[in-house]
Amino acid sequence: MEPIHLHKIDYTILLAYVAFVIGIGWMLARYMKTSADFLTSARSIPTWVTGLAFISANLGALELVGMAASGAKYGIATAHFYWVGAIPAMIFLAVFMMPFYYGSKARSTPEYLNMRFDGRVRGLNAIAFAVMTIFASGISMDALAKLLNQLLGWNYNFALLICSGVVLLYVLKGGLTSAIYTEVLQFFMIVLGFAPVVYLGLKDAGGWGAMTHSLQAVAVNPAAQNLKDVGITYAPNAWTSAWTPVLAGPAHNPMGVDWFAMIFGLGFVLSFGYWCTNFLVVQRAMAAKNMTAARNTPLVAAVPKMFFPFLVIVPGMIAVALTSMPDKNYRIPPPIVSQENYAKAIDAVKSASPADSVAAVKAVGDALGVKVAPDKIASLVAANATSKLPDAQIKQGLYNSIAENYYSGVILSLVTKYCPPGLMGLALTALLASFMSGMAGNVTAFNTVFTYDLYQAYLVKGKSDRHYFLTGKAITVVGIILSMGAAYFASMFDNAMDVIQLVFGFVNAPIFATFLLGMFWKRTTGTGAFIGLFGGIFSSALFHALTTTPGNLDAAGHVINIAKGGYLHVVQVFPSEMAQNFWLASFAFIACFTLTLLISLATSRTKSDAELKGLVYSLTPKIVDNNIPIYQKPAVVGVVLLIVCIILNFIFW
Amino acid sequence: MGLDIRWPIGLMFTLIGALLVAFGLTKADQSMMLGSNINLIWGIVLLVFGVLMLLGAIKGSKKNPPSA
Repeated sequence: MEPIHLHKIDYTILLAYVAFVIGIGWMLARYMKTSADFLTSARSIPTWVTGLAFISANLGALELVGMAASGAKYGIATAHFYWVGAIPAMIFLAVFMMPFYYGSKARSTPEYLNMRFDGRVRGLNAIAFAVMTIFASGISMDALAKLLNQLLGWNYNFALLICSGVVLLYVLKGGLTSAIYTEVLQFFMIVLGFAPVVYLGLKDAGGWGAMTHSLQAVAVNPAAQNLKDVGITYAPNAWTSAWTPVLAGPAHNPMGVDWFAMIFGLGFVLSFGYWCTNFLVVQRAMAAKNMTAARNTPLVAAVPKMFFPFLVIVPGMIAVALTSMPDKNYRIPPPIVSQENYAKAIDAVKSASPADSVAAVKAVGDALGVKVAPDKIASLVAANATSKLPDAQIKQGLYNSIAENYYSGVILSLVTKYCPPGLMGLALTALLASFMSGMAGNVTAFNTVFTYDLYQAYLVKGKSDRHYFLTGKAITVVGIILSMGAAYFASMFDNAMDVIQLVFGFVNAPIFATFLLGMFWKRTTGTGAFIGLFGGIFSSALFHALTTTPGNLDAAGHVINIAKGGYLHVVQVFPSEMAQNFWLASFAFIACFTLTLLISLATSRTKSDAELKGLVYSLTPKIVDNNIPIYQKPAVVGVVLLIVCIILNFIFW
Repeated sequence: MGLDIRWPIGLMFTLIGALLVAFGLTKADQSMMLGSNINLIWGIVLLVFGVLMLLGAIKGSKKNPPSA
């Protein structure tokens, strides 16, 4: 994509945002007196703020970019990640789990594990989380620096340094509260920055009905838009119906998943594993000012979450619809081709003879380095032979004939197409804001876990609070530096990052079993939990080593890329990577659950009922919500939200 | 915690809204998209949102006198 030109107003909007986030940090600095203030916000934040921060911490730029990409690849079924893969878990967290997180006065989720079990599970969880969250931060910053480099032509190192610097400034001053406040700011930026893009895109496509109509035609022949290989076809509702194609089986939906993997693997294991145990989001709920506020935080978050598909997934669907409409002069962006390769390809077009189109297509395709549409190349060569076309026109013709899609470029391509100067600044600032807040969220979560669960718990115990307060500040700096290191690592080894994400998937898959058994069964022992979690992680890795997808097998049946599995022995082939992922999660969860259960029965409890009071469901007095109005009772709100979510599922059945 | 977040949110969106309105009025030709002056329209929306936030913040500071 060509670098775009920003106007003064766009830079002004960007600078205004940066000034405000740094200013927020500065203004909060005077309230940061204790380590609790700095690392956990000392339970002072109102519900609507923690609620929006909860959802924002998760809504990083990678999510924005990724959801638009998935919306293009899979259509409205992507909404499953929200309606099945988030809302039920958030409601469960609010109604059933927050009482234990908040009531135990644990300062982090690993600390809860320490109270419930012992230091072994806590250590495992804390170390895994600390490493994962730094890498997540680094990936976010790498993507941002690359975006600024690709879009605005900024030097990668410069962009990384500047953005890390801005985040460091406001987090160092205001701690977790800074991160939370800027996450709320980011939330509004995203909604207000992208809503006009969705509106304009839909208007251009002719409205929701026209978009749906185009998508029905696309579903029958996805190869025409380079969405799938030639010959693959689906029912017309494959992009516009969320459930019917999934229920029909993996061969009938673009995601390639079956309903069990979707509901159990995604909807239960992965979803609850993330929303109910990941400290990045739970930390925001723990910062709420009282128990009711803490329980309502995920519920407040669930409201925008339910409707976000219309903001983040629909752009992808719009992009596909527009690509299929020949008069709109739009296509899903192709993979980025370097200027040198374009120059080589332009020469190839000029020197090709229209008579031998097969050779011409091969020459041009090789020069570009990507798959091309033979007919488009042939007509381009013919047109050039008739009347010498200017280089720019040949390049445009080449761009239009690339037969591959770079889905991650969708959201940006829509922003570039529909945002005039002014609105462009707003949308780009929204994107930037979400990248930076991704780093801030991860660093503040890392900070708390490192200071309390690793440093204070194992390394330097019994010092004054001031000591840990200053440690927290120091670790902020360390966290940012480590994130930058992770960003460089990500930028150098594309495949390594996939492997890292994979390993984190191994750790996340079984974790919910540990928390579930810990919170709801008093018989679970520390040894059981520890071995169960370890066994769960191991079984994830084992499952991955024994399964793969058809795309990863060459003609002789050998595995091409070990990062995609099957390298020990191919026991099972799944229709798609997503299906493999969901089944892996299901398997790991069951393994962890079973192991934890059996070993707990075989070992004796180390904590008495009295010690577990407030940590386990059966040993905690039920919360009676008598003195709060009905619309604030978590159970009531939870049920209402679930009903709305089910209605949404039915509308897009 | 000390700072009511509605202040910075309100101020920022009022500012950005005003910027977009100004741009939409003075550079109307650059602001057109699919037949409407989108900068002007959306600028007004942001302005209204920012002002509503500020009103909320003012109401909040009347209810709880600012902490020392």
